[in-house]
Amino acid sequence: MAFIEAVMQYGFLQKALLTSVMVGIICGVIGCFIILRGMALMGDAISHAVLPGIAISYMLGVNFFFGAVISGVITAIAIGFVSQNSRIKHDTSIGIMFTAAFASGIIIITMLKSSTDLYHILFGNVLAVRSSDMWITLGISLIVLAAVYLFYKELLVTSFDPTMGAAYGLPVRFIHYFLMTLLTMVTVASLQTVGIVLVVAMLITPAAAAYLLTERLWMMIFLASGIGVISSIVGLYFSFTYNLASGATIVISSTAIFILVFLFSPKHGLIWKTLKVKKKRASLV
Amino acid sequence: MKDPAISIQDLHVSYFGNEAVTGVSLSVNTGNLVGIIGPNGAGKSTFLKAMLNLIPKDKGAVKVLGKPITEVRKSIAYVPQRNDIDWDFPITVLDAVLIGTYPHLKLFRRPKKKDKEWAMECLQRVGMQEFSKRQIGELSGGQQQRVFLARALAQKADLFFLDEPFVGVDVSSEETIVNILKELCRQGKTVIVVHHDLSKANDYFNQLILLNKELISFGTVEEVFKPEVISKAYQGQFAFMNEIGVSL
Ligand SMILES: Nc1ncnc2c1ncn2[C@@H]1O[C@H](COP(=O)(O)OP(=O)(O)O)[C@@H](O)[C@H]1O
Ligand SMILES: [Mg+2]
Repeated sequence: MAFIEAVMQYGFLQKALLTSVMVGIICGVIGCFIILRGMALMGDAISHAVLPGIAISYMLGVNFFFGAVISGVITAIAIGFVSQNSRIKHDTSIGIMFTAAFASGIIIITMLKSSTDLYHILFGNVLAVRSSDMWITLGISLIVLAAVYLFYKELLVTSFDPTMGAAYGLPVRFIHYFLMTLLTMVTVASLQTVGIVLVVAMLITPAAAAYLLTERLWMMIFLASGIGVISSIVGLYFSFTYNLASGATIVISSTAIFILVFLFSPKHGLIWKTLKVKKKRASLV
Repeated sequence: MKDPAISIQDLHVSYFGNEAVTGVSLSVNTGNLVGIIGPNGAGKSTFLKAMLNLIPKDKGAVKVLGKPITEVRKSIAYVPQRNDIDWDFPITVLDAVLIGTYPHLKLFRRPKKKDKEWAMECLQRVGMQEFSKRQIGELSGGQQQRVFLARALAQKADLFFLDEPFVGVDVSSEETIVNILKELCRQGKTVIVVHHDLSKANDYFNQLILLNKELISFGTVEEVFKPEVISKAYQGQFAFMNEIGVSL
């Protein structure tokens, strides 16, 4: 296969592949907690909210990672503040805050830089991943995986029954913002591969597919990562072979997997469920 | 002298300025099975959560076992109202009960084999051991409530707080739950149960807290469960009054 030969041959493709595989893994892991906590919209919000931070980092000449994390976390806090201190509902508060952050990001970037940079940040360009980006992604991946491994108990309780967690003394709100910080880091790592606009798909589509396949959280996390990795590799293949935007091909691959699972999942799939109902009804005739 | 299980002084709680609980003072001794009763929206859940410092209070002091709540959190088990739980969560019955062992596990530690055995033992006590591998949504309301009671048992707590454990629960599950709660009290534990339905309140509890924003009455079942007292809380809810008129 030409793609495999090309991967062997070209360093840029190896970096692209490694980076998108890591992104597939951590998006799957964090995505599970995001969808179980009913925060899919929050995932979308935070991924957009990193834009002004990235722009300001460019302006100051520092690594964009720091700016992105700061603006992501500030937006998460602002969203919580507005919904807790007014009758504005959480999703409305999310809508207000992230669009504001995103809009300011666009203004700053267009004032500063050419629009090609903006294009790449928004839509990703995995084939242009530099070594330094790959190392940042590796660092973020290790931090995220270690955090989820070490605090698995706490993340599980606060996702499943936060009131019980608070009752036995867990700092529930702190854990929420901790997760938002991890989410921001994952977003930053995904910038190169899928871009800001489509990060949310990598967070929720593989996790949602995994959710239809298992009744155990740890299994869901492994499956979501696996689906994320497969989507990344398949997406990269199509991106390279047909010269398409990598973000789009990766996302469409994960959507395809989701549709397959939605139809054929042994327990929750549409087809089996329908067949079982039909069979049961037929047996009662 | 032994410290009371709970002592509350002048507790006030409001939501954005709307008072939900006002000026409640009382003290419950250990070993009691206490029902918090009152009509819907009376502030029962609010009272319970404020006692446990799960929501901010406007005023008042709460002591649990003679200490501030933050120092005794590990000796408390709380069972939330049914509709606070996501029943589609990917978790099995046994793993849900296993969460009850988390408060006593150190940071970064996973439950071990003996924790799993203990969780299984708690499931057995509520008669749910054969369902241990089911996803929690695949149970009846009564079975779900028994699983959550098992989780509370797994916490090895001294105080148990349950919010409406009998809503949507079948008769035999209700009986199992009540028997276990009574058993806990015989062992010297203190159990506080929110219960909005007056029927059977006099069979289940030995003390009652009658609440309707303010404390209407607190005392033994004999003291509180009188039509003239109850009617103060359930003003205008005559259907209820007839019900207890019959049962009294
Ligand atoms: N989060 C909340 N925000 C605003 N008002 C609330 C909230 N929770 C409860 N209330 C109000 O406080 C009152 C007491 O509620 P609650 O404690 O749930 O009553 P109960 O459990 O006795 O049915 C009700 O009028 C309810 O509408
Ligand atoms: Mg209630």
